[in-house]
Amino acid sequence: MPQDWIFGLIGGAMIGIAAAAYLLINGRIMGASGIIGTLVDRSAPENGAERLAFLTGLVLIPGAVALATGTAQTHLTGNFALIAVAGLLVGLGTRIANGCTSGHGVCGISRLSLRGIVATVFYIGAGGLTVVVFRHMLGWV
Amino acid sequence: MRLIAAFFIGGLFGVGLLISGMTDTRKVIGWLDIFGDWDPTLAFVMGGAIIPMAIAWQIAARRASPALGGTFPSPPEPRLGRNLVLGSVLFGMGWGLAGLCPGPAIASITWGGTGGAVFLVAMILGMVAAPPLKRSLQGRQTA
Repeated sequence: MPQDWIFGLIGGAMIGIAAAAYLLINGRIMGASGIIGTLVDRSAPENGAERLAFLTGLVLIPGAVALATGTAQTHLTGNFALIAVAGLLVGLGTRIANGCTSGHGVCGISRLSLRGIVATVFYIGAGGLTVVVFRHMLGWV
Repeated sequence: MRLIAAFFIGGLFGVGLLISGMTDTRKVIGWLDIFGDWDPTLAFVMGGAIIPMAIAWQIAARRASPALGGTFPSPPEPRLGRNLVLGSVLFGMGWGLAGLCPGPAIASITWGGTGGAVFLVAMILGMVAAPPLKRSLQGRQTA
């Protein structure tokens, strides 16, 4: 739907402006998996407070917007075992690859990093294949 | 000051994820469903995000330091390596199964219900398990 595309573009621009601000103001790469991953595995004790502040804003501000509009939905599957396996794969994979959609995708591709481009090709390719297998062949999702 | 900036930047990122549809797993799985009823929205999200960030990298290249001090990140590592590919494939499989990646999983935690909480806890467990696994993978590579 064209309306969805416009929201996609506006929301995407907000993501890009946030990433730009984190680079130009704080001097950091806005990669969600790195920001939370280095906090939970305690691999980078310096600047932990800054990452915690980022995550607090990431939870509270969209949470307030969602509360005000009352329309936000994730439409997650009700299959909790599937969700748990998916979450485990996302956590493992993003930390082994050192980045996710925001780090490799947005911040990497925009500086023409080969690693960012290769990672994005592989995670979108693997995601597309997974949807083919689990939705069209097994009918699980 | 750094903390206040990080808080509001995290918030802007999260609202962008919400508005763009990245926190809606139907839109994400629809985008990955190239052979089904393909939803191109996420291409607009990626395009909309990459353009301002590409400009920011150009500005950073002309500046000595970030606005609040410190240093800019070092240039990207040129080496690809097995971990990059293996990790990205695992991540893509999880993304395709549930439709959530790390940013949206955190941003949607207040309205994602039990499923959202299960995903976030499992993701954190995976993140904690990753460094030892990565070390053993690297050990085998050099051996």
